[in-house]
Amino acid sequence: MNQSIPIRTLHESLTEAEREAVEAACSHYEQRPAAAIDALMIVQQQRGWVDDERLYALAELLGMSATELEGVATFYNHIYRQPVGRHVIHLCNSISCWLQDVGALEQHLCERLSIRMGQTSQTGQITLLPNVCLGCCDKAPAMMLDGELIMDLDKDKLDSILDKLQGEGNG
Amino acid sequence: MDKPLSSHLNIEQPQDIGAYQAVGGYQGFLAALEQAPQKVQQQVKESGLKGRGGAGFATGEKWRFVPMGDDAPKQKYLICNADEMEPGTFKDRWLMEGAPHLLLEGVMIAAYAIGASQAFIFLRGEYRLCARRLQQAIDEAKQAGLLGENIRGSGFGLNILLHQSAGRYICGEETALLNALEGKRANPRAKPPFPQVVGLFGRPTIVNNCETLCNLPGILRHGVQWYQQLSDSPDAGTKIYGISGRVKKAGLWELPMGVSAGHILSLAGGMQDGRKLRGWLPGGASTDFLLPEHLELPMGFDAIAKAGSRLGTGGIIALDDGHCPVGMVLNLLQFFAQESCGWCTPCRDGLPWAVEILSRMEVGKGTQEDLDELSRLCDFMWIGKTFCALAPGAVEPLRSALKYFADDFAEHVDKGRCRYRH
Ligand SMILES: Cc1cc2nc3c(=O)[nH]c(=O)nc-3n(C[C@H](O)[C@H](O)[C@H](O)COP(=O)(O)O)c2cc1C
Ligand code: SF4
Repeated sequence: MNQSIPIRTLHESLTEAEREAVEAACSHYEQRPAAAIDALMIVQQQRGWVDDERLYALAELLGMSATELEGVATFYNHIYRQPVGRHVIHLCNSISCWLQDVGALEQHLCERLSIRMGQTSQTGQITLLPNVCLGCCDKAPAMMLDGELIMDLDKDKLDSILDKLQGEGNG
Repeated sequence: MDKPLSSHLNIEQPQDIGAYQAVGGYQGFLAALEQAPQKVQQQVKESGLKGRGGAGFATGEKWRFVPMGDDAPKQKYLICNADEMEPGTFKDRWLMEGAPHLLLEGVMIAAYAIGASQAFIFLRGEYRLCARRLQQAIDEAKQAGLLGENIRGSGFGLNILLHQSAGRYICGEETALLNALEGKRANPRAKPPFPQVVGLFGRPTIVNNCETLCNLPGILRHGVQWYQQLSDSPDAGTKIYGISGRVKKAGLWELPMGVSAGHILSLAGGMQDGRKLRGWLPGGASTDFLLPEHLELPMGFDAIAKAGSRLGTGGIIALDDGHCPVGMVLNLLQFFAQESCGWCTPCRDGLPWAVEILSRMEVGKGTQEDLDELSRLCDFMWIGKTFCALAPGAVEPLRSALKYFADDFAEHVDKGRCRYRH
């Protein structure tokens, strides 16, 4: 049941490099659908998020139905099924950060970016999302910026990070 | 004192394979290869090693159910559970960032012991530095002929694949993890059949925690007696204990199993100036609160259970007198409500319900009926009534807070406000 599936409509939807990367991921597992997360991540890394067209194409490539793959994609906090900004901030909101009053930092971030948690700044530069415990509890509060952990946050540190990100657009 | 897990751990620049081998690294694995797999299993059983993933299940005992011998299925799997998403827990990240080869050696020993030719490290996606360092270590081990076919002429072959997950707490539950790795929605599976017999892709599979596996190289290299003398408590070996919250210096320490929580707090320099300890969770978000009067208890599986909580992951979370206990429980329950996989009704509906009540209560709009309802919910989501241990784990901090911080809850109801809010 797991022979490779003839590739028809996929040609326009996925780049050759993406298809090859997905094939390589599939080869690691006994069954092709096991590469679902890898495949979604491959597309997301290229395009920032996973749109419907790519989801259909990946489902076909993986030999699963689009609804099944959608069920997987929407299950995870770090697979984006909606467009995000050029940079994504995930601010930890779990207990060790809460005890370091991360709420004040969240408020500060929202005010500076003029958005609420879950939104993208008007310029499309920064998306702000919550995250469960980032495992940096000894250096709380913590966040993830474009996938990298940043710890020991305070207002000054946040400001200098935001200054840098927001400066990029003009420079 | 011996610190087999952390004495060579370096978070800035972990040892490469050469440096690791220069201090005896991979000798445990090579010693294992000289013996029959069942003998390796026997040693681990005799060592008394208990799983560090939270439940404290004896590792040798767990392995015993894997079919062995010529009639056993040819394909078996060993999985390292490195999904570490339990709030207040950060020990596995430390081990993987600082000592990637130690974990690989543990994975190799466990895989050999159960006869698995393929291993997976199931890593939470947020741990990117771990991913880079583990992949580098895997590549080095391949180059050195410690992975691949017919390792050192033993006839045993092994591949290790690093799988990066995409962020969902339930994936750490071992049967949900199997579904996640198969590319399915990560709902837990019914047991039996147990993963040891019918696991990943239907094959015999062992899932062990990252820290558990890191204990194996020492046991194989230095023997059972050495391992047992590391601790004089009922639990063998050392443990990575940690503490976070408003302490002077939050962190992690490798200590003999069974040291007191008070000792860990003192290593952290005590509470921050002007803050007093009100309560603590011994091992992550899903363990019952204990009080300052419990600080002298040994941090061992039985002693903490006797006091009404669980050792869990050994990552202590300290609640100080500048934070509201009701607010803390609300934060914890929000986590569990969000991360519920939605498979069974008590958890899917009960957790958001508890969050709704706690939110009301925190802003002073709760009633006595709400308090009664919270107690009922604790019962409604307890062990045996839900499909997996996530919901009972969520109940633990809630029920113990209702008991130990009853006055705080009552004050919110009676005065219609939270004294910690301005
Ligand atoms: C909701 C939930 C989440 C869990 N998350 C983890 C985890 O992130 N890491 C882990 O090692 N064990 C986790 N566990 C425990 C595992 O199910 C399993 O018991 C453990 O990996 C076994 O390893 P051990 O025997 O080496 O302790 C979790 C359990 C539950 C119920
Ligand atoms: S208890 Fe919660 S997490 Fe576990 S199966 Fe039920 S809904 Fe899913």
